[in-house]
Amino acid sequence: MQVVRLAYETDFDGWRRAARAMRARGVAPESALWTVDGQATLFDGADEPAPPLEAAPAGAFRVPKTFMDLAPRVILHRSDERFALLYRLLWRLQDEPDLLHIASDADVARAHHFAREVGRAAHKMKAFVRFRLASEEDDAYVAWFEPAHRVAEATAPFFARRFANMRFSILTPDTCVHWDLAELSFTPGADPADAPSEDALEEYWRTYYASIFNPARLKVGAMQKEMPKRYWRNLPEAALIPELIAQAQGRTDTMVRQAPTEPSRRVVKAAVRNSRDAPWEGQAPTSLAEVAAGVDHCRRCDLWRDATQGVPGEGPGKAKLLFVGEQPGDQEDLAGTPFVGPAGQMFDRALAEAGVPRTETYVTNAVKHFKHELRGKRRIHKTPDAGEVTACRWWLDAERRIVRPRVVVSLGATAALAVFGKATPVGKFRGQALQLPDQAQGVVTYHPSYLLRVPDEAAKAKAWAMFVADLKLAWSLAA
Amino acid sequence: MAVLDLKRKLAILSDAAKYDASCASSGSVKRDSRGGKGVGSTDGGMGICHAYAPDGRCISLLKILLTNFCVYDCAYCVNRVSSNTPRARFTVDEVVDLTLGFYKRNYIEGLFLSSGIIRSADYTMEEIVRVARTLREVHDFRGYIHLKLIPEASPALVNEAGLYADRVSINIELPKDESLVSLAPEKDVAGIKKAMGAVRLSEDAAKDKGRKTRPPKFAPAGQSTQMIVGADAATDGAILKRSESLYGAYRLRRVYYSAFSPIPDATSRLPLQRPPLVREHRLYQADWLMRFYGFQRAEIIGEAEDLDLAIDPKLAWALRNRGDFPVDVNTADRERLLRVPGLGVRAVDRILDVRRFKRLELDDVKRLSRGIEKLKPFLICADWSPGALTDRADLRQKVEPRQLDLF
Repeated sequence: MQVVRLAYETDFDGWRRAARAMRARGVAPESALWTVDGQATLFDGADEPAPPLEAAPAGAFRVPKTFMDLAPRVILHRSDERFALLYRLLWRLQDEPDLLHIASDADVARAHHFAREVGRAAHKMKAFVRFRLASEEDDAYVAWFEPAHRVAEATAPFFARRFANMRFSILTPDTCVHWDLAELSFTPGADPADAPSEDALEEYWRTYYASIFNPARLKVGAMQKEMPKRYWRNLPEAALIPELIAQAQGRTDTMVRQAPTEPSRRVVKAAVRNSRDAPWEGQAPTSLAEVAAGVDHCRRCDLWRDATQGVPGEGPGKAKLLFVGEQPGDQEDLAGTPFVGPAGQMFDRALAEAGVPRTETYVTNAVKHFKHELRGKRRIHKTPDAGEVTACRWWLDAERRIVRPRVVVSLGATAALAVFGKATPVGKFRGQALQLPDQAQGVVTYHPSYLLRVPDEAAKAKAWAMFVADLKLAWSLAA
Repeated sequence: MAVLDLKRKLAILSDAAKYDASCASSGSVKRDSRGGKGVGSTDGGMGICHAYAPDGRCISLLKILLTNFCVYDCAYCVNRVSSNTPRARFTVDEVVDLTLGFYKRNYIEGLFLSSGIIRSADYTMEEIVRVARTLREVHDFRGYIHLKLIPEASPALVNEAGLYADRVSINIELPKDESLVSLAPEKDVAGIKKAMGAVRLSEDAAKDKGRKTRPPKFAPAGQSTQMIVGADAATDGAILKRSESLYGAYRLRRVYYSAFSPIPDATSRLPLQRPPLVREHRLYQADWLMRFYGFQRAEIIGEAEDLDLAIDPKLAWALRNRGDFPVDVNTADRERLLRVPGLGVRAVDRILDVRRFKRLELDDVKRLSRGIEKLKPFLICADWSPGALTDRADLRQKVEPRQLDLF
């Protein structure tokens, strides 16, 4: 039996030196016994002292990086088994280099389990350390804490980053951590009496803890799973728990039994006044402001349900040229203005090339709410149907009546349907002036998003040229 | 009016805030107090729960209202104008001092500040922003801040809130627009949606690397919202459909579901029966399936349906789609494995790793999962095939968690 004595409980370097030497000498895991100085072992006296562990020749063997990530964490576990488990893994890696990938192997699973418990202990330390003010003058704080595993040293840098400008000490039975605004230092384990016994703010913290608790939904098991009892004695708020649990049912019953109280008369009067002043609806709008307000509350079809807002037209109230698109897209729906997304940018470029100032035109859509379907987490555009186009003509007609443009340009088939009231194919009717019943002239052309979709370069250039030509035609008709 | 001491104010204004389920301090950027003059850090990934109340909820942030005076009259809310609950109001400095005092003692990760609406939306929003600004600029506080946005507040104030906050939220409150109109008459769904849309545009702009004049930052932990479950007649299907559309339209990080719970001084406009807490739990499970397991809402539940309270939605889906099972744990792709009830994201990733080196047997799967019995009917391993078990008529009884009898 080969006995190895390590200098202290978390002596990773000592373990590493010894393990390296023993594996090089072929000491099987079954014949190794790991202890920490000061611990008595069963084999005391019955065994020859271990030979001094000289450093192994450099480059004797290599281990996967995952092992070097795992081992320093496992060693912080309080189980006595940890050194032997790690040595067994190290031993087995000789013949099974991929061992650590087999998470379902019993040894690997055990090591992962230890590492997870250590990780949890570190996380709980970050959560449950409670500082008490030790010196108002220095703004210095001291905490007493009992970690589930030996994580104090490993967790100290977290506190130093978080409280870089505050002096603190965390006292634990294993190691004590101190931060002096510049450096972390460590001293041997301490006693709870070394920390302050109270803090003036704890009364406020307990008040908060008791008030944020909802007695109508008691779930004691869920609480204890995350805040195990072993931590309670150092948590100022935990003393309240039994009382809060005991009173919960009674408090809930009282709430449920209580008859609703009468609201004060002042409140009732104010409500009546508000409902009387509510806006009055129903008549056709006579101004663009009324259109904008109306579109946003429109329930003429169901598209409002999944959309953010109704998107009214934009532009001067006396524009000579009125553009009608299809419907707002994802970006327009969020922003509340027409033609601001990718198609809108394409539209702006074409207008610039055709010499049409957008600010002198009125730009709107045939349908004012964004019709889409969800694909995964994306909203994908869906063409509005004839019913929706018809329902929304109420608003388009109002806009045309108020703006009274000389020329109405329909961008795409849906817009043409809305403007002319019947299918008006773009390919057949584009490039010419068409008479509209309200004495305006109509032009039909492509929707700018069509230009985004044309696949090959030659066709794209051709469509672009036609689109720009149509915009120029419309502008000249309006002049 | 009597002057309230700070402890009494804290009791009133935290009691008033507890119906907001969110307490997360996760998902922000990584930063700490080194090189600054104050305290605080955030870890980027998951937040820290500093305590748990006996209701099983995590306490991560100091979650309080600036004031519970409110001009709105939302039936489900304890702070509605017509309620006779005790009222209080913090000063900006009081909130700042409490936050820093609690933070330095390691009680909290930061502040979650909300407020009743007093005077006007802009006035209220300005007060909320003032607290955050003082914490960040005067005290160089680098902990987590979650601010509630007032939907009607001006865009400039919302943008300033986003500058100081890690996360912002606006509660949609109820799954159906019609219920909001009847239960919360002053709240305006259109206004809420518009505000969420504006937040998403600001987030997108802050992330857009191509822009020359990129705004400095905007709520790096994104936005979240909350829906109250059981205060109106909406089905689970309708609730999840709303979540689905909120995730899609506004890129919300989280939708919180809060089972309507009895409040002191309730109004007669509310149902007497409160929903079982397990309903809320099932909704969260379904929500996770949509966000992390590649399920579409329509696969989980139809719009007019409710979730099965006895079994989790993934198991329910598997029982309805037995034709897709058993799945061979040694050959199936990730998407298929994620659909096996009882296998979580982590177990699946481990299986995929192990599989590169050996064929998995039942014992292997057992060590990688929690409970092998529930998995058996749905899996094929090197040494296991469920045979006719998958198609047995009484499969549900076999895999359903046992109801314990009161002894």
